[in-house]
Amino acid sequence: MKKSIWPRTMIASVAMIAAGLMAGCTQGSATNPGGDSTGSDGEVTVRFMNFSSNDGHEADLQTIVDAFERDNPGVKIAVETSPFAGYAAKLQTAVAGGAEADVFELPENSSFVSYAQSGALADISGLDTSAYAPSLIAAYADAGKQYALPVSFSNVVLLYNKDLFDAAGLSYPTADWTWADERAAAERLTDRAAGVWGDYQPISYNEFYKALAQSGGSFLNAAGAATAFNSEAGLQAVRWLTGKSGVTMPTDADGANTPDFDTTLFISGQLAMWHTGIWNFGAVMEKAPNLNWDIVVEPGNTQNASAMFSNAVAISAKSKVQEAAQRWLVYYTSSQTTIDTRLATSWELPPVADQAKLDAYLTITPPAHRQAVFDSLQAVALAPVMLRQEEIQDIVNDELAAVAAGRATPEVALSNMQSKVDLLLK
Amino acid sequence: MSSLTLELSADRLAVRRRRRWRNAGWVLLFLAPSALPLLVFKLAPMVASAWVSLHRWNMIGSMSWAGLDNYRDLLTSANTWQVFGHTLLYVVGYLPLVYGGGLLIAVALNQKLKARGFLRASYFVPVVTSWVAVALVWQWLLNPSRGLVNHLLGLLHLPQPGWWTDPAWAIPSVILASAWKDLGFVMVILLAGLQAIPQEIQEAATVDGAPRWRRFWNITFPLLTPATFFVIVISLINGFQVFDQVYTMTGGGPSGASQVVVGRIYDLTFRYGQAGAASALSWLLFIVILLVTMVQNLGQRKWVNHA
Repeated sequence: MKKSIWPRTMIASVAMIAAGLMAGCTQGSATNPGGDSTGSDGEVTVRFMNFSSNDGHEADLQTIVDAFERDNPGVKIAVETSPFAGYAAKLQTAVAGGAEADVFELPENSSFVSYAQSGALADISGLDTSAYAPSLIAAYADAGKQYALPVSFSNVVLLYNKDLFDAAGLSYPTADWTWADERAAAERLTDRAAGVWGDYQPISYNEFYKALAQSGGSFLNAAGAATAFNSEAGLQAVRWLTGKSGVTMPTDADGANTPDFDTTLFISGQLAMWHTGIWNFGAVMEKAPNLNWDIVVEPGNTQNASAMFSNAVAISAKSKVQEAAQRWLVYYTSSQTTIDTRLATSWELPPVADQAKLDAYLTITPPAHRQAVFDSLQAVALAPVMLRQEEIQDIVNDELAAVAAGRATPEVALSNMQSKVDLLLK
Repeated sequence: MSSLTLELSADRLAVRRRRRWRNAGWVLLFLAPSALPLLVFKLAPMVASAWVSLHRWNMIGSMSWAGLDNYRDLLTSANTWQVFGHTLLYVVGYLPLVYGGGLLIAVALNQKLKARGFLRASYFVPVVTSWVAVALVWQWLLNPSRGLVNHLLGLLHLPQPGWWTDPAWAIPSVILASAWKDLGFVMVILLAGLQAIPQEIQEAATVDGAPRWRRFWNITFPLLTPATFFVIVISLINGFQVFDQVYTMTGGGPSGASQVVVGRIYDLTFRYGQAGAASALSWLLFIVILLVTMVQNLGQRKWVNHA
C-alpha cells in the first residue's frame, strides 16, 4: 500500500513557517536577550541602550566598554546607540514589549519618576553611592529607594565668536553682562547682508523657564500645584526670547529650529553669540579647530540662572543578568576611565562628589575660560517637575512660536499658556 | 447485499471526508505564509488596541481599567475635533488635486507622444521616493523667504504666503507636496483604466462625428469610473491616515495648525504616555474611515459604470 507523504510534508512545512516567523519575531530583551545571556563558555552579555554617545562620542563609549571588558573578564557589553530624537519612544516601546536592554539610559530627568513608579527599574539601593554628587544621586531616588545612577551632568553657557566681536570693535561678554548688554551687542553684530547673526537662543520651554528664573520668576508656584509665570517676570521672559527672532536671530524660515542649524551657523563663523550646552564643545572643537571662540556665564535679567541637566542610567527590573549589569552600571557612571574619557573629550561632566577630579576639565582649551562652566553652577534653574511634562512643553513651545511669528502678543500667549497648563496640572 | 452496500458507501464517505480534510490542510498550508503574518501583525494588534483603548496605560507600568472614559474624553475634547478638522481639510484639498492632476497626465500620456515611456516613468518617480527627501525639497520650494515658489510669485507681483510657517498655509503646503508625490500613482491607475476602454467605441464615436470633448465626457469618463472609484477609495483612506508628510514637513505646526489625527495618535502614544487614549482615537479614526468607505461603496452603484 502506498503510504501518503502529505502529513509529514505538511508538518515539516508548518514547522518551517513557524520557525521562520518566530525567528523574525525574536528580538533581544532583558528577559530573553536574543538567545542566552550566558554563553556556553560562561560569558555574560549585558545589553546597554544609550543615546548620549550618539553623534560624536561613540568611540569614547567604546573606550569605556573596552576598559570594562578588560577589567571584567567574562562580561561583554552589547552597545545599542540611538539618536536622542526618538530615544524616549524607542525605550518606551521596548519596555512595553519586554524588549528593553539590561541597562539603559533614561531619556531625561522628568521621565525617571514614571519609570521608577511603574516598576520597570531594578532597585539598586544596596549600591555604594558615596562617589556621586549627593544632589544628583537624590534626583534618582523615589520613595526611599535608589533606582538609577547619574551618568553625567551638563549646563548651558554663552559661546561667542571672538573674531566677530573684534571685527565689530566690541569688547567680549563678561560675567556681569545682562540681557540689555547682550541685546545691544547682538544688534551691532548682526549683518543680514553677510548672513551673520548676532544671537541664537532656542525659543522653547527649556529657555522659557530659565529666562523666567533670570527675571526673578518661576514656572510653578511654591506648592507646585499651579503656574506662576503669568507675571511681569513672565512677560519679560517671553519678550526676551521672542523679540530676537528676525532681528538679531534667524527665524524658522531661515532654518532655525532644524537639526544642527545652530551648530552649523556657529562653526561656519556666522553666529556671534550662541546659548547652548557644554555638550556641544566637542563638536565645535572637532569641526572648527581654527575658530576663535570662548564662553561666559549666560547673562541674566535681574539675576543669573543657568539651566542644568543630568542623565541617568538604570537596570531593567526584568534583567536576568543583574549582577553583571550592576558592575557595568557602576563602571559606566563612576570609574576613573569614564571620568578621564569624559573630561578629555568634553563629553559632558561626570557626576562625581570629589570636585578635584574635575580639575583636568579646566586645562583643556578651547574654550580658554572653561571656569565659566562651573561658575554657571552657582545659580541654577532646574526644570519644573510635572507629570504631564511633554504636553506642557508643547503648549509653551506653541505659544512662544506664535509670539515670535507675530500671531499673538506676549500677554495673550501667557494667558493662553496659563489656562492650558493649569488644566493639565489639576 | 444491502449491508455490503452500506459498508461500501460508509467507506466511500470516510475516504471523501479524509480527502476533504487533506485538501483543507493543503489550503491552510498555502494560506499560512500570508494569513499568519496578517493574524500576528494586523488582526492581533487590532484586537489588542481595542483592549488597550479601554484602559489607562503609559506603556511602562501596568494597565488600569478605564471603561469608555478614553472615548468620552476624546469626544468631548476640542483637540480631537481640531485634528479631525485638519485631516478633513487635507482630504478635501488633496483629493481633487491629486485626481484632477492624475487624470490630466494620464490622458496626456495616453496619446502617441515622443518619449512617452520616459515621461510615464518620470511622473512615477516621486511615488517611490522617500517622504523625507520630498519634504526637504518642498520645504525649500515653499520657503517663505528664500523659496522658489515665493520668488516666482514675487516676480508676478502676487502675494507671497508664509507657507509652512503660517498656520493658515501649513495644511495647503502639505496638500501641494502630497498631491505632487501621489500624482504618479493616480496616473498609473487611470492610465490602465484608459487603456482598457475598447478602441472601437472611440472609433465609432469619431466616425459619427463626435467632437473630442464630447467623446471624453460621454465615453471615456463613464468607462473610466471603475478606475476612478478605486482611486477615490484608496486616496480617501490614505488621506485620512495622513502622517509622514505632516511629520516631516511641519511637525504638526506651527502652533498645532497642521496636526492631524494620526499625528495626535503618535503624540499621545510616544510622547504623552497615553496609549489608552491613543488606541481609542485609532478606533474612532477606523470608524470614520469605515463609514466613509461604506458610503462610497453604496454610492458607487449610482455612478460607477461596470459595463
